[in-house]
Amino acid sequence: MNRVRSWWRVLPILAILGMGPVLGAVVSAQQPPPQPKAAQDEFVPIDQLPPEEKLPAAPLLIAAYSVAWLAVAGYLFSIWRRLDRVERDIADAGRRLPRT
Amino acid sequence: MQRLFLPLTLLVAAMFAYAPVMIAQAPYESTMLLVQKIFYFHVPSWFVMFSGAFLCAGASVVYLAKGSRNADHYALTGAELAVVFGLMGLITGPLWARKAWGVWWEWDVKLTLALVVWLTFVAYLLLRRYGGPGSEKLAAGVGIFGAANIPFVYYSVNWWRTIHPKTTVVPTLRPGMRGTFWFCVAAFMLLMVLIVAVRVRLERQRALVDDVFLDLED
Repeated sequence: MNRVRSWWRVLPILAILGMGPVLGAVVSAQQPPPQPKAAQDEFVPIDQLPPEEKLPAAPLLIAAYSVAWLAVAGYLFSIWRRLDRVERDIADAGRRLPRT
Repeated sequence: MQRLFLPLTLLVAAMFAYAPVMIAQAPYESTMLLVQKIFYFHVPSWFVMFSGAFLCAGASVVYLAKGSRNADHYALTGAELAVVFGLMGLITGPLWARKAWGVWWEWDVKLTLALVVWLTFVAYLLLRRYGGPGSEKLAAGVGIFGAANIPFVYYSVNWWRTIHPKTTVVPTLRPGMRGTFWFCVAAFMLLMVLIVAVRVRLERQRALVDDVFLDLED
């Protein structure tokens, strides 16, 4: 009787231990096969890289030059607006000055 | 300067119009190819940023020593140039880095110091804008402190381990690249001269208006 009881105690442990490899096999079956890591494991020439790993330079170059032109244009525009405001203030002050 | 202003403006406009042609014709760098061409606007923008910062610091010293209002106008102009062209450098740099390094930004010594210097001049302008009366002297101190950091930005690539290209790049440029590079630097520096002339005139007129309104109130 005691032997049967001790078997019942051990059975859940055996079941859990047995499920480990089964679960592992299921998970590994669901995972995609490991991809070779370009430029980490071996040298890959640039023309053999997959398209998603190639970063086009032209948009970056165009963005850089656009930023430069916009920054200069924006700054010149702000100076022009400030000059315009000051000239209006000068005209306003001229009108308010007492005539001699 | 007034007589030179129009010819100089036309010259700068022509240089900026021709610069893209020269940049397109410049030879490709062997490892970075097309993206390396950002360099022709990126480095000159830092030339102007550093010159603006030194102008601000020099004029601030004169202002603190002599109380010259004119020097203060130059200091403010220099700080504005440092912020505008520094921003240009801080944006064009990461666009290059994304392709060359694979990241937009790296907390590298050179990049971090450049950001700190730029923020110092932003602080200068904020102080001038919101600091109230007397902020000119405090801002002058900030400007001098900001410019004092520039040698550290420039030589950081030689003194510390960094991923940023070293200062030896410009002196070792190939002939086709060298001409294009110095042409762009000249265009940027002439643009800076023009901006300084206009911006200082604006500050003088502002000071004049302030004086007139103060007299009217009295």
